[in-house]
Amino acid sequence: MNEVPRRSERFVAREARELRKELLISPWPELGLVAFAGPNDPRPELVVEDGHVTRIDGRGADQFDVIDHFLALHGLDLDAAAEAASLTDEELARGLVDVDVPREKLVRLSRGLTPARLARVVAMLDPVELMFALKKLRARRRPANQAHVTNLKENPALLAADAAEAAARGFAEVETTVGVARYAPLNSVAILVGSQTGRPGVLTQCAVEERRNLQLAIQGLVTYAETLSVYGTEPVFVDGDDTPWSKALLAAAYASRGVKVRFTSGGGSEALMGHAEGKSMLYLEARCLATIRAAGSQGVQNGSISCVALALSVPGGTREILAENVLAAWLDLEVASGNDAIASHSEIRKTAKLMGQFLPGTDFVTSGYSVMPRRDNTFGGGNYDADDLDEWLTVQRDWQVDGGIEPVGEEDLLEVRRRAARAVQAVFAAFGFPGVSDEEVEAATHGSDSRALPDRDRAADVAAGDRVLAERISGVDVAVALADAGFADVAEAVLGMQRQRIAADYLQTSAIIAPDGTVEAAVNDPNQYSGPGTGYRLEGDRWARLSSLPHELDPRALGNGHDASAPPVLVELAEAERGDSRREVVIGVGPAFGDGLLETIDGLGHEEVLAAVVAGAREAGAEPRLVRVRRTSDVAFIAHDAAGLSGSGVGVGLQSKGTAVIHRADLQPLDNLELFGMAPLLTLDSYRAIGRNAAGYAVGEPVGPVPTELDNFARAKLIVTTTLLHARETAAIVPNAPAVEVTLA
Amino acid sequence: MEFDSKRDYPLGRRRPDLVTTPAGLRQEEVTLDALRAGTVDGDDVRATAETIERQAAVALAAGRKPLAENLLRAAELASVPADTVLEIYTALRPRRATAAELEAWADRLERELAAPRTAAFVREALAVYAHRGLLAVDERSPAQV
Repeated sequence: MNEVPRRSERFVAREARELRKELLISPWPELGLVAFAGPNDPRPELVVEDGHVTRIDGRGADQFDVIDHFLALHGLDLDAAAEAASLTDEELARGLVDVDVPREKLVRLSRGLTPARLARVVAMLDPVELMFALKKLRARRRPANQAHVTNLKENPALLAADAAEAAARGFAEVETTVGVARYAPLNSVAILVGSQTGRPGVLTQCAVEERRNLQLAIQGLVTYAETLSVYGTEPVFVDGDDTPWSKALLAAAYASRGVKVRFTSGGGSEALMGHAEGKSMLYLEARCLATIRAAGSQGVQNGSISCVALALSVPGGTREILAENVLAAWLDLEVASGNDAIASHSEIRKTAKLMGQFLPGTDFVTSGYSVMPRRDNTFGGGNYDADDLDEWLTVQRDWQVDGGIEPVGEEDLLEVRRRAARAVQAVFAAFGFPGVSDEEVEAATHGSDSRALPDRDRAADVAAGDRVLAERISGVDVAVALADAGFADVAEAVLGMQRQRIAADYLQTSAIIAPDGTVEAAVNDPNQYSGPGTGYRLEGDRWARLSSLPHELDPRALGNGHDASAPPVLVELAEAERGDSRREVVIGVGPAFGDGLLETIDGLGHEEVLAAVVAGAREAGAEPRLVRVRRTSDVAFIAHDAAGLSGSGVGVGLQSKGTAVIHRADLQPLDNLELFGMAPLLTLDSYRAIGRNAAGYAVGEPVGPVPTELDNFARAKLIVTTTLLHARETAAIVPNAPAVEVTLA
Repeated sequence: MEFDSKRDYPLGRRRPDLVTTPAGLRQEEVTLDALRAGTVDGDDVRATAETIERQAAVALAAGRKPLAENLLRAAELASVPADTVLEIYTALRPRRATAAELEAWADRLERELAAPRTAAFVREALAVYAHRGLLAVDERSPAQV
């Protein structure tokens, strides 16, 4: 009979982890399943004859595909090309990480590089160099973030409340989409009203089909678009039903209506769509980015985006994605750096990937942070969501890095959410749309997700959406409705967004709008990082704001059993002398034990603890005696001093936080008989057993060590409390004072 | 005062005198009271072609030539009806328009819609599409042509 080979239990356990739901594959370059250096990636080449580009990356003009043609006509600055031709790849790559080579120079050179050269140079950088290059090359000085706001029920009160929360948390852009296309106008109104309730100046978009999107923009209901997808091979571009010319025309159409435009591209999309032509993800993305720049887009949403899990399936995927972001920034494009689609089942893995963008900072660290719980994210995104907010804020605080999200307390958030829901309720009432009930307002304010919201009449809602388009209800109409309903400040903010359309300043690279209406873009707030002390630094008021989380505590205000007014549980008597009984066990307590501090870290009363040790010692035949060691707060020395006073030479040391040691006078102070460092896990029974064992050592009975437990998280959980308790004990030290006899009060 | 593309950004703050709606209203004239009084039309609260051209100049001064060219095309399209713009977009999608149809659009952009840059852009696409087989096939047989 064949036995099933015995498995390693550790391998089996690892296979059950979330990470292993994802496939890792070895590269298959012919399908484009390779991060860098595909077998068909061309050697960099640029030939210019009579002022015309005649060869790009291995192809002559007669072999150009639609992308090559576009780049030859719009994508290469021939003066810069001449300058770049005199530099080696190594010189260019070194420049990317050299604080003394200014961004302007690198950007100028990038305009003369073909996609193959761009990819080859950036591939030379290791992960830390890529991060440094990204920090240096980002277009706008200050990083920011974008939020996703959607819900499965397309409930307007919840959309408004979530948009308001996003705005109040500092997101510079809010993106929504629709499950049903006809909802687009209502959803756009909801996030416009909500976002401007939370913070004036937030840009909004509704990701829908182009014609509908353009109409929403014309009516002043949305202000940006990032749905313009670009691909790195001609067959995929054409399968996407566009060409570089059609996309560029669309970009101009949006700009003509005052819409900020950002294109979208990302490694792996060509492989997913079946026409990678044997080329690497990074090379194809370089073609996309060169096309996007040539089309006149101010920016791009890139870094694999919805294909992130495919890029992560191959070796070097995370590095490749970061290299994509660096390329985009090098080409002087605003970068919204993905991190929206779920990158991994593994929290460790996805956050490891995030750090590539988070630490250097990008124009938008995510191109969609899910402000609501993931289940309501109809983009299929939610890589980071409402449940992860405290982690995100904490990691910002840990690294002193601005990831574009601000902490806001619960009460403030409830208020802003309710106000936004009320505002959209008023707007719906003003236009005669299906009513938003008070119940919906309250559920949108307090609920976790759309399950908390009652179902709406969806047929009536989409009919109202149709009315927005048919009656051309515009952003200014919404502002008037808000003002009439008493939401003067929200009305003014919505009107402010309409006024922004007149100057159209937000069409410039990396533009976001400050609460006072000032446009901050790469033009007037450029990133000029040139080494330590320069560029954007998280400090001053902003650092104070991002570092003080609502659940941060003032350690001075922490009680931890400290009550100076409570009567001490121990009474001090005369100076302690050395005892002469061979059965004696001296129990030494710390300077603040039972006087100032009244309980252990686990909340056991000092009186009960001491009683337990005494009882344990007695029942094992010893004569316990209590002293207070005043000269030290260190448990080893407390115990050693106690042992020195003990007639048997055996003593017990007890710190106020509960840590205990059984000691013997003839041992070195830092040696011991038994140490009980896990104070949080000690019970009164443990202390009783400690007393018994000490007695056993004193009277010469065989002693088995007191069983102790191990909690690997105890330190992470309690180290702050430990420190604070120990600080109080240390503060109670009387230098050089002899131990004194004590008795329970 | 002359417009200075290097110094006058953001226009809304630095040169409010230069930015108006197509009907000539300045930003501060677009108020709730004016809207209620009906002196401002919602669809009219947008940038003029001149403002978008100035944004193109700002982009160019910052070294962003393709962005500037895009904004110049946008300035041309600012006064073209949205439906027409979307028709041109559709014609530029792969295999939607024949050579003659794209040429007709280019001609119309140039002569009728005062959009010579966009016209040139369409003609450029036409030449490339012909090379790459991205034009619509004329459904009439050669004999009928």
